[in-house]
Amino acid sequence: MEDLSLHILDIVENSVTAGATFVSITVCEDKGHDLLSIEITDNGKGMSRGILQKATDPFFTQKTTRRVGLGLSLLQQAAKRANGKFSIESKKGKGTTVKASFQYSHVDRQPLGDIAETIETLVIGNPSVDFRYEHRENGLLSVFDTEAIGEQLAGAPISSPKGIRIIREILKKTKMNLTGTDSR
Amino acid sequence: MPKIKPEDLAKIKERTRRTLILREGSGRAKVTVHMGTCGIAAGARKIMNTLLRIIEEREIDDIILTTSGCAGLCSHEPMATVEVKGTAPVKYVDLTEKKIEEIFDQHVQKGIIVKEYALGVGSERTE
Repeated sequence: MEDLSLHILDIVENSVTAGATFVSITVCEDKGHDLLSIEITDNGKGMSRGILQKATDPFFTQKTTRRVGLGLSLLQQAAKRANGKFSIESKKGKGTTVKASFQYSHVDRQPLGDIAETIETLVIGNPSVDFRYEHRENGLLSVFDTEAIGEQLAGAPISSPKGIRIIREILKKTKMNLTGTDSR
Repeated sequence: MPKIKPEDLAKIKERTRRTLILREGSGRAKVTVHMGTCGIAAGARKIMNTLLRIIEEREIDDIILTTSGCAGLCSHEPMATVEVKGTAPVKYVDLTEKKIEEIFDQHVQKGIIVKEYALGVGSERTE
């Protein structure tokens, strides 16, 4: 993965596959503490303890289409490489939380990348899932929430020109650090 | 049981409607971008973004655009499946932004399969 926004897209696709109807994504840029953290929480089917232990093993997957499962292990590796931490908590039947942190100034920390494109892809590609994206940066909070866009759509499908335009406009408006000020 | 407020009803209606549109497949064609780890790493988000741009710019409102997981052909990602109503779905492999635009113009809009980008069209030998 080239940047963190692609990692986020990948991890949230896991949530969708796990049958989540709500996924919350939080990105926190705390330059004061030299920390960038990502937290993804879903209400999907969760994992048993046995599966959780194997979740970051690249040679473990629950897919039947291939024999490797790289998503979580790639994010774990990216966090480790940037002097950060990685953890997964999961309860069967309740959901899963994936956390990854990075040393903000670390030379090997991947840039955040285009978060807006990630959110767009998730929201339009998964119309039956609700998403909430929170971006915290030095005490400032910006939120994007699909619960709020239903009214504006007024009957138009989410992947219609109108739906796409609405989502893009909201993403632009929520003056969040969508493209990342940290682009290198 | 807590009382359901009018706002809640609107929310429930909206959620059901969003799900229904997709399930009912009310579009003339459906384009699915494969969004597994392999696809994402190979550039599937760019393919999705190109399609979104085309749909928005050209005001195309009879297409369903969606995403799915890994199809098991990771080395040929990015991939997308085009399904024009009433015809068999076609998988396109090794996509670029240019290729998907061409596929959209030809297959989605005119119904002409772009054979050189398709997976396995006419690959069987009958001799």
